[in-house]
Amino acid sequence: MSEIKATSRIDGTAIPVRGNNIDTDRIIPARFLKSITFEGLGDHLFEDDRQSMPNHPFSNPSYAGASILLANENFGSGSSREHAPQALKRWGIDACIGESFSEIFLGNATTIGLPCATASAADIKMLMDAVEQTPATRLSLRIDALLVETAQLSQPVVIPAAIQESFLTGQWDATGLLLDQFDQVRQLAAALPYVKGY
Amino acid sequence: MGQTLLEKVWDRHTVRRLPNGQTQLFIGLHFIHEVTTPQAFDMLRQRGIGVAFPERTYATVDHIVPTVDQQRPFADDLAEAMMSALERNVREHGIRFADLATDRQGIVHVIGPELGLTHPGVTIACGDSHTSTHGAFGAVAFGIGTSQVRDVLASQCLAIDPLKVRRIVIDGALGEGVYAKDVILEIIARLGVKGGVGYAYEYAGAVVEQMAMDERMTMCNMSIEGGARIGYVNPDDTTFDYLSGRPFAPEGESFERAKSWWRSMASDDGANYDDEVVIDGSAIAPRVTWGINPGQSVSVEESIPDPTKMMSSKDAAETSEALEFMGFTAGAPISGTKIDVAFVGSCTNSRLSDIREAARVVRGHKVSSHVKALVVPGSKSVSQAAETEGLDVVFKEAGFEWRGAGCSMCLAMNPDRLIGQEVCASSSNRNFKGRQGSPTGRTLLMSPAMVAAAAINGAVVDVRTLL
Repeated sequence: MSEIKATSRIDGTAIPVRGNNIDTDRIIPARFLKSITFEGLGDHLFEDDRQSMPNHPFSNPSYAGASILLANENFGSGSSREHAPQALKRWGIDACIGESFSEIFLGNATTIGLPCATASAADIKMLMDAVEQTPATRLSLRIDALLVETAQLSQPVVIPAAIQESFLTGQWDATGLLLDQFDQVRQLAAALPYVKGY
Repeated sequence: MGQTLLEKVWDRHTVRRLPNGQTQLFIGLHFIHEVTTPQAFDMLRQRGIGVAFPERTYATVDHIVPTVDQQRPFADDLAEAMMSALERNVREHGIRFADLATDRQGIVHVIGPELGLTHPGVTIACGDSHTSTHGAFGAVAFGIGTSQVRDVLASQCLAIDPLKVRRIVIDGALGEGVYAKDVILEIIARLGVKGGVGYAYEYAGAVVEQMAMDERMTMCNMSIEGGARIGYVNPDDTTFDYLSGRPFAPEGESFERAKSWWRSMASDDGANYDDEVVIDGSAIAPRVTWGINPGQSVSVEESIPDPTKMMSSKDAAETSEALEFMGFTAGAPISGTKIDVAFVGSCTNSRLSDIREAARVVRGHKVSSHVKALVVPGSKSVSQAAETEGLDVVFKEAGFEWRGAGCSMCLAMNPDRLIGQEVCASSSNRNFKGRQGSPTGRTLLMSPAMVAAAAINGAVVDVRTLL
């Protein structure tokens, strides 16, 4: 089993990636999925966006060492590739705060222990502005108190209750839980018409 | 009070409520392919866990498959390594595999239905967002990531939150030259690319009832492009007729018993919906995307939107970003947009009826001299059926390339890809920046018939003028 690691807060500097609907093909282009491991994905994070946008935040040394990603609407839309949150995590991102996330991305991020919190558009703008002005600004994502804090600000964030609970108890990796009462799984399966034969 | 299909299937597959409040949901059928599974099998090995229900998983290979030369070993070492890993994993765990060497291979969302593996009332998961395709049969089908693939292999279950249901009623009748692809592009344009987050989409109404299974699959396939992880159609006689006689469908009396269970899983009259949207199908025209997400489409009769005329600053900013990338002019008609490549294929539109409709447009014409055009059937079975009808000859005589089955130019994981800033008329599902393999390549999504028309004309054209 994987190690159970309860997480109540993530502290660090942040990196703002502005724009709505930033899809997983942009986060990690498909050619980097040609591998049988997740290793090295962090090096190719936003590879094509970084090539076409010289000022891309992930090319900006001011944000080196950032651990909290700030995003706008519908971040992570598109494919179900877990490679997207894996690439973020392997680059050094420990949490995401955005206006909204695509559902599959959110599920994948949670499953690999990368918490995603949502905040209002106005609050995200304020955080992005603050971080762009002073990249050394330190943020705390309080999973326990559902807040994002800086030295000057304290703003509410939303994390679905089940996900919050998973991080607070360290049980975001579900395999163990799902195998916990396996007799019930066998019983349910045996009663399904398409399992037992129509 | 009546229940929706989603509620019925959910209840029937709920093992228990987990301590964090999520549902432990049993997954009746698990599809796997080479891209999103090698790490999942490795995680199982590291943890010393086996596959709980190997007979409930079915494997194929599609994303990395070359569509010209399918001889092993593949020319691309990375593709070969992924293929070898899948072969080893299915062998080690006794999982059925539609190998390249068999005549069952093809895109996972094409072969599942055509083999009769996909049934109504079943929960289906696959490490691929277009798993929503299988909802066309009244299955509850959705995409998952690699760690969740690990969970399904280990336990045949997922920890997941329930969804709300939005019923989308498409009334009326579609006109000639208007297809399911146009309907789903219209839906996404109206409801937005994140409008479906938190919802399953139930498609209903006269248009959907009239649709053949291939068309229902096209529509459900792109639910995820509207943010909805699940899209489904209630099972009916069209569904049952399609399944009858398929290799993995029940037979004889067993089929009759299955049919009554399948029928019982359909949404009840008077079921409660969290939201309902009604669209007049008769008013839908062929659609074409002009931007960088599938919500950015117009009818072929319309012009590319002008951000300076938009009320919302958000819409204006998203439109400007898209136009800058596409190099298109605001206010220009979409019809007449010159193309370089025409691609008929992908899990959205590579089935026999798609290929027939494209062939109907192509027959007796030639591909425009500056266009590279290819047809990539979704499976070996589709390919063989089309060849039996002589459709491959129709395409080849017109100047199309006729390829082997695979995901091909829908995404950049095999040799088929755009070069530089090429513009591609594509029957696929995503027009994201860089999606078709060139970071600056440009994708125009449309129906297969519209792709065929654009290939002949050399530029976007209303297919209805050619039928």
